[in-house]
Amino acid sequence: MSEKLIELKSIKKIFRNDPQQELLVLEDVSFSMCEGEIVALLGRSGSGKSTLLRIIAGLIEPTAGEVYYRNKKVNGPVHGIAMVFQSFALMPWLTVLQNVELGLEALGVKKEERRQRALKAIDIVGLDGFESAFPKELSGGMRQRVGFARALVVEPNLLLMDEPFSSLDVLTSDNLRNDLLELWEEGRAKLKGILLVTHDIYEAISMADRILIFDSNPGKILHDLPVHLPRPRDDELPAFKNLLDKIYTLMTSSSSDIEAETKIDLSYRVPDAQVSELIGLLETIEYEEAEGALDFSYLAEIVQLDVDELLALTEVLDILHFTKSQDGGIHLTEAGEKFANADILEQKKIFARHLMQYIPLVKRICDVLRKRSNNKVSKKYFLAELEDYFSDEDAERVLRVIIEWGRFAELFAYDDNTGKLSLENPE
Amino acid sequence: MLRIWRNNQLHALRPNLWDGLAFLIVILLFALLAFAATQMATPYHVGEALIIHLNPSYLPYYALRTVLRMFIALFFSLLFTFIVGALAAKNKHAERFIIPAIDILQSVPILGFLSITIVIFIALFPNSILGPECAAIFVIFTSQVWNITLGFYQSLKTLPYDLKEAASMFHLSTWQRFWRIEVPFAMPGLIWNIMMSMSASWFFVVASEAITVNHQNIFLPGIGSYIAVAIKEAHFSAVAYAIITMLIVILLYDQILFRPLIQWSERFKMDVSNEKRPTALLVLLLNKTRLLHYLGSFFAKLFVLLTSLRLGQSIVALERETSRSRYTQITVWLYYCLILTLCLIAIIALARFIFHSLTVSQVLQVLLLGIYTTIRVVVLIFLCSLIWVPVGVWVGMRSQATQIIQPIAQFLASFPANLVFPIVVILIVKFNLNVEIWTAPLMILGTQWYILFNVIAGAASLPKELCLAAKNFNVKGWLWWRKLILPGIFPFYVTGAMTAAGGAWNASIVAEVVSWGAHTLRATGLGAYIATYTATGNFPKIALGISVMCLYVLLINRLVWQPMYNLAQKRFQLY
Repeated sequence: MSEKLIELKSIKKIFRNDPQQELLVLEDVSFSMCEGEIVALLGRSGSGKSTLLRIIAGLIEPTAGEVYYRNKKVNGPVHGIAMVFQSFALMPWLTVLQNVELGLEALGVKKEERRQRALKAIDIVGLDGFESAFPKELSGGMRQRVGFARALVVEPNLLLMDEPFSSLDVLTSDNLRNDLLELWEEGRAKLKGILLVTHDIYEAISMADRILIFDSNPGKILHDLPVHLPRPRDDELPAFKNLLDKIYTLMTSSSSDIEAETKIDLSYRVPDAQVSELIGLLETIEYEEAEGALDFSYLAEIVQLDVDELLALTEVLDILHFTKSQDGGIHLTEAGEKFANADILEQKKIFARHLMQYIPLVKRICDVLRKRSNNKVSKKYFLAELEDYFSDEDAERVLRVIIEWGRFAELFAYDDNTGKLSLENPE
Repeated sequence: MLRIWRNNQLHALRPNLWDGLAFLIVILLFALLAFAATQMATPYHVGEALIIHLNPSYLPYYALRTVLRMFIALFFSLLFTFIVGALAAKNKHAERFIIPAIDILQSVPILGFLSITIVIFIALFPNSILGPECAAIFVIFTSQVWNITLGFYQSLKTLPYDLKEAASMFHLSTWQRFWRIEVPFAMPGLIWNIMMSMSASWFFVVASEAITVNHQNIFLPGIGSYIAVAIKEAHFSAVAYAIITMLIVILLYDQILFRPLIQWSERFKMDVSNEKRPTALLVLLLNKTRLLHYLGSFFAKLFVLLTSLRLGQSIVALERETSRSRYTQITVWLYYCLILTLCLIAIIALARFIFHSLTVSQVLQVLLLGIYTTIRVVVLIFLCSLIWVPVGVWVGMRSQATQIIQPIAQFLASFPANLVFPIVVILIVKFNLNVEIWTAPLMILGTQWYILFNVIAGAASLPKELCLAAKNFNVKGWLWWRKLILPGIFPFYVTGAMTAAGGAWNASIVAEVVSWGAHTLRATGLGAYIATYTATGNFPKIALGISVMCLYVLLINRLVWQPMYNLAQKRFQLY
């Protein structure tokens, strides 16, 4: 067994915006990572996996628990750990070379050596010839290469990557992933380990030696799956596909647990799901569904959504009782079938009925509106109520989604100028 | 590894003709500024007359002195910005006090201050011209600094979180972080605000050079004094010379300083824009010279050397779990107590100072005067909008016209309008016009251009598709204005009108009392009140006048402009 690179001991993180409001983001997260491993943290957005990565990086302090890097406690950014960002985080006013040199400069490396090492790193990531370009001249893929060069030049043992490919298009991210794997296999970058945060199952399988599946609310590790596929990994192979299906099953069962285990109340964190997306997905399922359930992996492929977006939609559909997901598959309920075949006016009616029945917040809004003599209530009223459960930002988001649904269903109206919700059809 | 860097392609080390020319210009600039600086510190006693010659051959020298004052003020503005702006952005306790304070200071009529500050500065430098000199520079400083500081603060607040994280991950020290991340990020805004501030301060530089203390006139050598003397002696051609000189100076500093700076600051922008870059003669020149390249890279190296010092802590977790020690809590508590006490003392002192020698009826009288000036400002903004909105829209919709008119409008906005006041006064005297009405346009003379160039910018940035869509549906006439143009330019118009109104308030101090030789025209208003008592050095009345003006400006800002601005941000911003 090779040496432990990092070790996390029951990490817990609570975000406090003000004294009354506490949000549990991570609970009791423990795992360790050995030298020579690529580990993927796979989870849906908002599951706290990025926060965990930042805790490991020393950028955020955990509320409880400890992080050890090579048996030393992490108290702040550590030499030996570098990070690659989703948004690249390049300084737009520095050239490629200057960006790469920045980390060395901060370490006080002499100019000659600095330049030599920077050029070598640029060479390794294949950016030769772009040294004097500014980031804005480069395409997304090239920018992320600069991000890699900047991280590699300080010769880290551990490379942390926060969704490094998710803002790139499919071809570019494929290309960059392969180059990174090649670099890793050949051992050119002196890396001892890579920890990758992603919501892309495909990406996790094609890169990682171990996949940690993350659950949300609060974030915790649900499964620890080793991946024993030979590299390069061909996604056409049955073993790859089996693993893909298995992970979908694990992830969807974890999300449908929400409904089964916890009653949905006002504190339910409504995912970002637009009405048009929900309807589109329902109609697609209706169209595709032959007999029995539709595989999630297949569905994800035909609707061209990544797992994160897809699961957000199916979660809502499940809760509204339009679909039922289980064991990595999904099928329409009777109501879902009826909805998919209805015209838009009929759809609105069905949608309204299901919202009132299954989403307590919608019912709550309508009840409050009905009680008021003029049937009008300021949005702030509900925001204040939601802030008992969510951060301000989340409360805004949840209410925005709910308002969109309510407007579509013609349950209530909303005037953005006055910030007032009102009853569409006062009784 | 041998590589060719795009930035310094060394074909030949031999200097070329452009090198010589550029070198000459740079050396000349330094020499001139040094000369002017030595002149500032000559011995001087209050009461001693400084002679201002109306001979136009003195004008270049006077212009130099004026420009030097502006740059000294700018230097202090930047210093203030880097310290106070950064403090406000990084410490939330400091922020709570600094930002509202600056917001208020922004709307204080600067010119009213002059008579108060000069007393302080003369006491500080008793036997030197430095006293009045500093007072003038202080006025210029106060006219420049607030929006630079606010702009810098806002930039720092919007610094992307991932850049901060990257800086932490790569162990940049506090000092390095400030110079390598924060200042560069703020750079485009900083340059833009410096430019706006410099334009605005021309107006005050002209007004602040001729100072009256205790019935004593001090004329600091400069264009402002030149024109003040010319007005006193009713010397028409001297006024014309001064105007021409000013035109040349503004053109020069625009070409030599700001255009190159703007062009350079392009690289600090986060995203790629397709805006046409301004061209500058000096940049063209710079690109052709090698010597200056070396000079430039020397300064660049010096900058890098200074900024890469590893001062301050470098290992910072961005988000600490909040476990505040008792010690810091007490410090914070003391800090708030101190601020509260200072506020109380200030209120009591001000009230005692004003009411000690003044009666309530006098205060009411001043409030009434404030209403007169308010009416003038409102009517003027309305009239200017009627004129400039259609013109601006017409120009903005035609890209060729925009390219010609836009720089002219911006130029006019930076031209100190008080230089042309005498011309208006001559007209009023000659045609025997009503003083109350016809001095009013002076207030808006310099600031109306803000409406024009903002409207042009707004009209020019309207998406072409919207105009085509309107045409397609045959939207014409008043409907076209109401549904397309006016909402489209609204955010821009509000910005322009707000700036114009703010400028008009300030200008009222010099515009409501104007003179030409023996003629002095005096309108009824708050500006005239402040100007009159400034001339006689009646401090309680000056304080009252300024306080009332602050009150009006603040009230109007909060009740009219702020809501309009918010509305513009929320409703009319194109997504």
